[in-house]
Amino acid sequence: MFLKRIVLAGAVSLMGSAAVAACSFENDVPIKSLSAGFEAWKAVTDAMAECGNFQAELDQEFRTKQPAAFEANPALYQIGGVSNGTITPLLNSGTIRPLDDLVEKYGQNLSPNQLIRVNGQIMAIAMMVNTQHLMYRADILADLGIETPTSWDEVYAAAEKIKAAGVVDYPLGATMKSGWNLAQEFVNMYPGFGGVFFNDDNSAAVNSEAGMKALATMKRALEYTDPEVLVSDSTYVQQQFQQGKIAMANLWASRAGAMNDEAESQVVGKVAMAAAPVAMQGGAPATTLWWDGIVIARNISDEEADAAFRVAMEGLDAETVQGANDAAIWLIPGYEPTEIAAGAIATATANPAPPAYPSTTQMGLLHTALGNELPAFLTGELDAQATLEAIEEAYTISAREANVLE
Amino acid sequence: MKFKTFAAFVGPSIFMMLLFIAAPLVSVFIQSFQETITIQEQVEVETCTPGFVTQTCTTEIKTVPVLDENGKTITETRWVGLQSYQNVLQMDKLWEAVGAGSWNDIMQIDFWRALRFTLTYTLLTLPLVLGVGLAIAITVNNATRSIRGPIIFVSLLPFIITPVIGALSIYWLFVGDGILTALLERWTGNNISMFAQGWTVELLMYLYKVWSSAPFAFVIFYAGLQTVNMDTLESAVIDGASRWERLRHVIIPHLMPLIVFIALIHLMDTYREFEAIVGFRSQAHVISLQWLTYDFMTPDDAGNRAISRASASAMLTMIGIVFLLIWPLRRTWRDHKGSAH
Repeated sequence: MFLKRIVLAGAVSLMGSAAVAACSFENDVPIKSLSAGFEAWKAVTDAMAECGNFQAELDQEFRTKQPAAFEANPALYQIGGVSNGTITPLLNSGTIRPLDDLVEKYGQNLSPNQLIRVNGQIMAIAMMVNTQHLMYRADILADLGIETPTSWDEVYAAAEKIKAAGVVDYPLGATMKSGWNLAQEFVNMYPGFGGVFFNDDNSAAVNSEAGMKALATMKRALEYTDPEVLVSDSTYVQQQFQQGKIAMANLWASRAGAMNDEAESQVVGKVAMAAAPVAMQGGAPATTLWWDGIVIARNISDEEADAAFRVAMEGLDAETVQGANDAAIWLIPGYEPTEIAAGAIATATANPAPPAYPSTTQMGLLHTALGNELPAFLTGELDAQATLEAIEEAYTISAREANVLE
Repeated sequence: MKFKTFAAFVGPSIFMMLLFIAAPLVSVFIQSFQETITIQEQVEVETCTPGFVTQTCTTEIKTVPVLDENGKTITETRWVGLQSYQNVLQMDKLWEAVGAGSWNDIMQIDFWRALRFTLTYTLLTLPLVLGVGLAIAITVNNATRSIRGPIIFVSLLPFIITPVIGALSIYWLFVGDGILTALLERWTGNNISMFAQGWTVELLMYLYKVWSSAPFAFVIFYAGLQTVNMDTLESAVIDGASRWERLRHVIIPHLMPLIVFIALIHLMDTYREFEAIVGFRSQAHVISLQWLTYDFMTPDDAGNRAISRASASAMLTMIGIVFLLIWPLRRTWRDHKGSAH
C-alpha cells in the first residue's frame, strides 16, 4: 500500500513537472474557456491547461451559451472559442475586446494570416481553417475505375456506378439533419450556382434560378443516401464512413482525421480527400470557408485579459500543432499538411475560390428559415418553387421582428 | 381545521405557485403582446478571412446593432397587439389553404402542423394508456402473490426512466443500424428505415408514449383495484356474471374517478410533449407545440431569438390545454358535488 502510494505520488509529481516544463510561464490567474468540442479544440485546450489555473469547457452547444455568458459582468469565461459563424453575436453586442495591444505584447509568433480584423481592429486570433471537402473511398473508386469526381454531376454519376456495383450500403453520405445542418447544405450549394442571399434592402433573394438549381441538385442526393438522411448530422456521416457503409460524402475537413483513427475506424488509409465538387462548370467549389479561433471577453479585468491571452498563445503554439498535426488544417507555424489536408487546401485555393460563410444578423435568420422549410421539399410535401417562397416568407417575418428590413 | 393551521400548511405552497407559476405566466402573457427590437444601423465593415497563404479582406455594408456608451445594445419595446399571434397562427395563409381545400398546404404552416400532431398524439394515446394500464393492473392483481413484486418492478421501469433517455433508447433501437432494425432486417430480408418517413416515426412515438405513460396508469389502477368491494364482486359471480361482465359492470364503474384523474394528468402532460421530438429527431416530419415554442426561443448563430412569437406560442399552448381539460374537470366537479349530497 505504502509503496503504491509512493509510486503514485512520484508519477503525479513527474506529470506535474512535465506539464510546467511545457508551458513557458506559470499562470496564477484563474482562466476559463468555452469552445466547441472537436479534436482540434481538445488539443489546444489541453496545451493551455499546462500553464495551470485553467479550466476548459468543450461543448457543442457553445453557440447558444456564449453570447449570454460573455454579456455577464464579469464574464463567465475569459477565453471563447469561436468560428466565423458564431463570432457575429459577440461582435454585435460588443462583448469581446480588441486584441491589438495584447498581440503587440505577446503575439510575436502569430502570422498576419491569423489576425482577424474587423474594421482595422484585431478581434480574434484564428487557429485553423475548416471547409467541406469531398471525402471518398479511394479503394472503391479505383476498383470500379472511376475518376475522382470534381463536380456534383460527376459525384452522382460515380454514385450510380457504386450503387450498381453494390459494394457499400449507400454510395453517398450527407449532413441533411433537418435544422442547422440541412440549411448549411443549401448555404454551400447555392453560391456554387452563383446565387446571392440578399437584396440590397436586406430582403431574401433565394427565390431565384440559382435557388431552383441548388434544390434540384440537393434532392438528387436522396437517390444515393441512407433513406434516413434527414436525421443524419456530421458525426453520423463520419461514423458511416468509419464503418464502411458509404463511399463518398462532402464533409467537414475537421472530420478527416477520424478516418485514420485505428481505435474507431475500419477504413484506415482507404479514405482520400479531394476538393469540394463544383456545382456548375467554371464555378467555385460548392462550399463555404470557415475559420476557428479564440476571442477574449470584454467584461474582465485587464490583468485577467493579459493572463488569458498568454495562456491562449501557449495553446496556439507550434508545440501543440506538432502533437496534433492531423487534428485540423492549422494556420499556426509548424503545421505540416499531410494527405488528409489535400482536399481542403485544394478547395480553398480553387479559382474561383468559394466564399467565406457570410455571417451576419440576416444570415442567422435566413439559416433558421432554411432549416425549418427545406425538410418539406426533401420529403416531397412541397415543390421547389413553393419551398423557396416559404423560405422567403419565414425570413420576412423574423427579419421584420429583428428590425433588419428597411 | 382552524384557519391558521390551514394557512400555515397551504401558505408556502401558494406563495411558491404565485412566484414560480403565476408571475412568469403574467410576464409571458405581457411579452406576447410586445416586440423588443434592437436599433440597427448600416455601416461599412471590413472583415478579413484567413486563407492558406494570405488573408482575403472584403468590405461590405452590414446591418449591425447600435451600441450605447456602456457598450450595450439599444433596444426598444413596443406594443404590437395581436401581431405575434398572427405571426404564429398565420391565419391568412390558413384561410387560403382551407379555401383551396388543400390539407397539404395547411400542414405547411408550422403551428397547424404542430397542433395536428399534438392533438392526435394526445387523444390517440389516451385510450391506449388507460387500456394498457388497466390490463397490467388486472393481470398483476390476479397474479400469484410471490411474483407480484418482480412484475410490478419491471412494469414500473419505463416510468422511472427520464423521458429524453426513454425516447433516445427507442430511437437507437430502431434507427438505420439499430439492434432491433438489424434483427428485423435479417428476419424479413428487407431494408427497413423507420426514420425515413413520417408515419413510421409517428408510430414509434405512440409506442414510446404508451410505453412510458402506462406504468403511471397501472400504479393508480392497481391501488384502485384493492378497494373494489368484494361483496359486490361475489354476488356478481353468484348471479352468473362472466369475467368480462364483472369488469364492465363492477370494476370499471368503481374505477371511474381514477380513469378521469389519469385522463386529466395524461392530457396535461402529453399536450406539452417535447422530449419525443428531440429524442426521435423527428423535426423533418412531425413537430409538437412545445417544440415550436422552444424553436422560437433558441438563438441562431447570429444571436437572434423570436421571443414574442415564443411567448405567443406558449400562451396558445396553454389555451389548448385549458380547452382539453374542460371535459374531465367538469366531470370531476359533478362527481364531487354529487358525493357531497
